[in-house]
Amino acid sequence: MTTTTQHGEAADRYLTINNIEVIYDHVILVLKGVSLEVPKGRIVALLGANGAGKSTTLKAISNLLGAERGDVTKGDIVFKGTRVDRMTPNELVKRGVIQVMEGRHCFAHLTLEENLLCGAYTRGISRTELRQSLEMVYHYFPRLKQRRMTQAGYTSGGEQQMCAIGRALMAKPEMILLDEPSMGLAPQIVEEIFEIVRNLNQSERVSFLLAEQNTMVALRYADFGYILENGRVVMEGDAKELAANEDVKEFYLGLSSAGRKSFREVKHYRRRKRWLS
Amino acid sequence: MQFFLEVLIGGLLSGVMYSFVALGFVLIYKASGVFNFAQGAMVFFAALTFVGILEMGVPFWGALILAFGAMVLLGIGTERIVLRPMVNQPPIALFMATIGLTFFVEGLAQAMWGASVRGLDLGIQDEPIEWMMETTGIGVSKFDLFAAGVAAVLVTALALFFQYTRVGRALRAVADDHQAALSIGIPLQTIWRIVWAVAGFVALVAGLIWGARNGVQFALVFTALKALPVLILGGFTSVPGAIVGGLIIGSTEKLAEVYLGAYVGGGIDSWFPYVMALAFLLVRPEGLFGEKHIDRV
Repeated sequence: MTTTTQHGEAADRYLTINNIEVIYDHVILVLKGVSLEVPKGRIVALLGANGAGKSTTLKAISNLLGAERGDVTKGDIVFKGTRVDRMTPNELVKRGVIQVMEGRHCFAHLTLEENLLCGAYTRGISRTELRQSLEMVYHYFPRLKQRRMTQAGYTSGGEQQMCAIGRALMAKPEMILLDEPSMGLAPQIVEEIFEIVRNLNQSERVSFLLAEQNTMVALRYADFGYILENGRVVMEGDAKELAANEDVKEFYLGLSSAGRKSFREVKHYRRRKRWLS
Repeated sequence: MQFFLEVLIGGLLSGVMYSFVALGFVLIYKASGVFNFAQGAMVFFAALTFVGILEMGVPFWGALILAFGAMVLLGIGTERIVLRPMVNQPPIALFMATIGLTFFVEGLAQAMWGASVRGLDLGIQDEPIEWMMETTGIGVSKFDLFAAGVAAVLVTALALFFQYTRVGRALRAVADDHQAALSIGIPLQTIWRIVWAVAGFVALVAGLIWGARNGVQFALVFTALKALPVLILGGFTSVPGAIVGGLIIGSTEKLAEVYLGAYVGGGIDSWFPYVMALAFLLVRPEGLFGEKHIDRV
């Protein structure tokens, strides 16, 4: 909260999260004061292990927490100068912020094309405009066009991930919150998807906040990174710097100055000592 | 042969009557994954409200519109008071809630309009069509034929609505995955209100047709039970399935009664559909047209 006023540049901030605390079911404290920022037109990666709070952070922004009995109890979330932490997902999507959920969540019984069309629900546009948006999505995901009449439940994991991102694109978002796009996908497909993300970022000017466990790939495509541990941001910085950082290398990439290390040797308590003390 | 045809046609047409009630179930199940036990009570409520308004001296179309309005209000109320607090609860909890809703709606209908049996005249007689009787010797009730016509229109409209409109698509999306629908900005509450209102409308149509047939009385509630085998046969998620299921149940129960009933002492049409449903569950649990459960392995 103080940082925004201190620097006096709140106006040209894009998405700012100020010290939020999230509690599930009134008792489980998941985020213990997370602050982060996504500048316009950038890709920001949110990294960390399982249960660090990446998904929770994204859901706090997109306001999908309510349906999971989670609640933002402290702090605030500001998008383009407006507080958005009490808005419904519907209002938020209309403002240009949309989440692609972890595990893809396509509508299994709808065809891929119907899935995409659903994405444009909030826009209420004419048939020709709808067609144009579809073509735009098919331009980035030619594979979806080939299989457009297939029920989403019968497509591969990669195609479902593309469908989920494409569906979000149909809402004409300014900012996509992308939760774990690499989950359960072959490395080649992961590359393909990240390439498309970069493409969208450059040609459609969509900003991304992506939560990833695959640190190496995420840092390669992102501009900036935050590392979450136990519901706190323990490190942040330029993606290239993070990728070069010794601690990050050791804890997340399994590399150290002594060469490759086995996972067992990376002692958990050391990480605690260095980052959490 | 003539006799067989007459039984068959009579059975098919009475099956349409079951389909009306089954349709209401399908709509709500499709859009929210909730098995709405209260559908029968809604049929009763709709018919009683319509007759009650008619008795106050309101003309037919006026009463129809007012009764529809009442069903929309009932739907919105249900969404607000029953469904909304139960988002993300297991389906069984929602199902139990609709059982509670059943008793409430039954009570509300009788509290508002009294419990006496009323007649309802839609202006179409339940008598054989003369020229058909003369030319082929088969008796087909005018009323049954009218009901079938209404069903055809209703189903076509609903199928088109679900397949090709933005809201229809959103309804199916919500049925597949609440969370994902929410994440792309589909407002669940609006969708549920719409679907309950549409189900209310279908209940009204069912109530009018059944009411005109058997009188507007409490027994309308039990039409819901006859819809169950229809749903199991046709599939819980398919609008055309509700109709085809109704036709199959209607015709087989009449044929069974006529041709098999004599051997077991008759009266088998009241339980035969349930036996069929049971047998069907073993072979094809998702129904003829129901959506297959898609599971990635």
